[in-house]
Amino acid sequence: MNAFIHGFCLACALSAALPANAAIKVLATTSDWGSLVTELGGDKVNVYTATSPLQDVHRVDAKPSLVARARSADLIVATGAELESGWLPVLLQESGNSKIQPGAPGYFEITSALRLLDIPTAVDRSMGDVHALGNPHVQLDPRNIAAAAKALSARLAQVDPPNAAFYQQRGADFQAQWQQAMARWTAQAATLKDVPVVVIHRDQTYLVHWLGMKELAAIEPKPGVPPSAGYLAGLVTKLGTTPPKMILRNAYNDPKASDWLAQRVKAPVVLLPFSVGGTPEAKDLFGLFDDTLRRLQAAAK
Amino acid sequence: MGHFSRIIGPVAIAAMVAPVTVQAADDVEALRAEIAALKAEYAQRVTALETRIDQLETTATVAATAAAPVEPPPPASSAPARKSSAFNPSISVILAGNYADLSQDPGDFNFAGFMPSGGEIGPGDRSFNLGESEVTFAASVDPYFTAALTVALSAEGEIGVEEAFARTTSLPAGFSVKGGRFFSGFGYLNEIHAHAWDFVDQPLVYQALYGGQYGQDGVQVKWLAPTDLFLEFGAETGNGGEFPGTRLGRNGLNGATLFTHVGGDLGDSIGWRAGLSWMDMDAEDRAYEDVDSTGTAIVNSFTGSSETWIADATLKWTPASSTRRQAFKLQAEYMRRTEDGSLAYDVEGAGLNDSYRSEQDGWYVQGVYQFNPRWRFGVRYDELDSGSTRIGLVQNGDLLASDFPLLLPASPSRITTMIDFSPSEFSRLRAQYAWDDSRDAATDRQLLLQYIYALGAHGVHKF
Repeated sequence: MNAFIHGFCLACALSAALPANAAIKVLATTSDWGSLVTELGGDKVNVYTATSPLQDVHRVDAKPSLVARARSADLIVATGAELESGWLPVLLQESGNSKIQPGAPGYFEITSALRLLDIPTAVDRSMGDVHALGNPHVQLDPRNIAAAAKALSARLAQVDPPNAAFYQQRGADFQAQWQQAMARWTAQAATLKDVPVVVIHRDQTYLVHWLGMKELAAIEPKPGVPPSAGYLAGLVTKLGTTPPKMILRNAYNDPKASDWLAQRVKAPVVLLPFSVGGTPEAKDLFGLFDDTLRRLQAAAK
Repeated sequence: MGHFSRIIGPVAIAAMVAPVTVQAADDVEALRAEIAALKAEYAQRVTALETRIDQLETTATVAATAAAPVEPPPPASSAPARKSSAFNPSISVILAGNYADLSQDPGDFNFAGFMPSGGEIGPGDRSFNLGESEVTFAASVDPYFTAALTVALSAEGEIGVEEAFARTTSLPAGFSVKGGRFFSGFGYLNEIHAHAWDFVDQPLVYQALYGGQYGQDGVQVKWLAPTDLFLEFGAETGNGGEFPGTRLGRNGLNGATLFTHVGGDLGDSIGWRAGLSWMDMDAEDRAYEDVDSTGTAIVNSFTGSSETWIADATLKWTPASSTRRQAFKLQAEYMRRTEDGSLAYDVEGAGLNDSYRSEQDGWYVQGVYQFNPRWRFGVRYDELDSGSTRIGLVQNGDLLASDFPLLLPASPSRITTMIDFSPSEFSRLRAQYAWDDSRDAATDRQLLLQYIYALGAHGVHKF
């Protein structure tokens, strides 16, 4: 028992002696938001990304290491719209950190700055993993990044007032760069307009929407529901009359179903990074779009 | 009189001026309030207008999309409030049940060598059984507390409050306080609700030492260290009324539990957590039924202290750089209990009483492998050791060891295998087969088929 109490006191003393870090600590739920925070915060922020780009963000464990990061975070940057609803609430609850609770300045949802697509008119679990607040996979439309960046810059300034001017300046610089890049991407994307594609999950919706591609079908019959053999056979028949130019697969998706379908409908599978770090080329948000467009254009030729 | 007027003068003036100042201040306040109200009203109107513009834009876009599907809507810079039902508690309902095929009569289930806990032990009844249906309401109370209520409805129609607690959300420095009725934070499995278990039933050591799960009415204080390593300390106290304690009918804190957990990552793919916990309880006339050496049914009772140490370790592997949704979870817990006091024999008859001391332990280890996104396979091994029990009445020759048959030395064990299929996050079907040597007599071969359905709010799961 004494050893227990000694351990307790030692731990308290150790944690009190830790040096204060000047940079604010930000916990980002995905690599995209981690990358965005780095763009906007530079060396004034210390970013920790909770998930790897190959993980399915719907299904993540509330690991002790993440609880520890949430404990000392000054700001949480989450996607919102129920994307992280299976694990983020546990982190917040277990963190004992009042700064990052929903409603506090230290809690920021990217989707709070956006208008979402696919907002269902009715929701029922029989429809699969539907998101009542709309499709939360927002990162693949660069206009969403611009809008989210604007709101996030303001939030960084609110959470870290001494550096408010810095965030404002850096945010403006980022917007300028991003607009430039967007002009380039939009020009490149012209060739992709009306290209018929098959997707896996409804998480390429924003990309397809932005590029004006035609989504013929989804390999998942309903969001989060794996396809049955019968459904896939039906899909092959359906796509026989209107063949897709390509099948889009995200780096985090299991290749099995898309490869199977690709053989049957004679269309290539295009592997897309989906998130920063999903492919080696997608090093940051700029790289994410450069690489996505490069891969799509190569397949569209 | 002169004195009086000299004093009353300034006082009167002060008394007259003060309200004026106050009134002036009041006026300024009133003006401010009015301006604030005006501002709020305009903000509301602007928001309403923005919402209307948004709606019009959406309609326009829909029309535009119909005409020219390539033109996407520009992202809006503001979003309307999204949760109209935010003021209702979230409700989740768990439905569970099973089919049991047991080679031994579940009616005579007991743990050889252990005083019965009076809790939920054994595999339950044969054939089809409705399990406990669980309803949970949870919500933020205000900016300072969240609260949750979990009600369990038994198959017989009894309603029990499983958990009902509030916890703080805004204490500084990593502290949080929970009060009400709750499952204790010791060990690993104790806090986890039945529907989230990896097997149909609890490990033997939880059943034998706690009658399933330990919950009590009390308070818990937790502190999380501000380190990158997960390091948590907790302390609990309460009325101490649940086994191994008894309700003592006295004021103040009854019993104490301390626990610490430490955890982190090993590389990108492995998360781990380990812990050490300690519980100290007092029992007074904690009665249990037995049958003595002459075959007479008797009631014995224990009075004294009960101290338990618990060590737990969990490791979870979820490959971060693979698209195959595989996972492996390894977990183990060890518990050791020392009870010291007196044991009364046949309290309703002979009423003999003398010293008692026991040191008992038990452990389990289990591994669950998710080999496919929807399928998992698991194996568990359980063992208990009744240890060295010294009964004063036997040592001094008053009674025979066989007068306490439940306390005769024994080492129950069990091997369990399970496979489960989860069509979605909200449903799970499971088959479990166990060879259970809890009783002294014969091995109970248990086949359990179980279903679990979750309705309503998205449940969250701890590590």
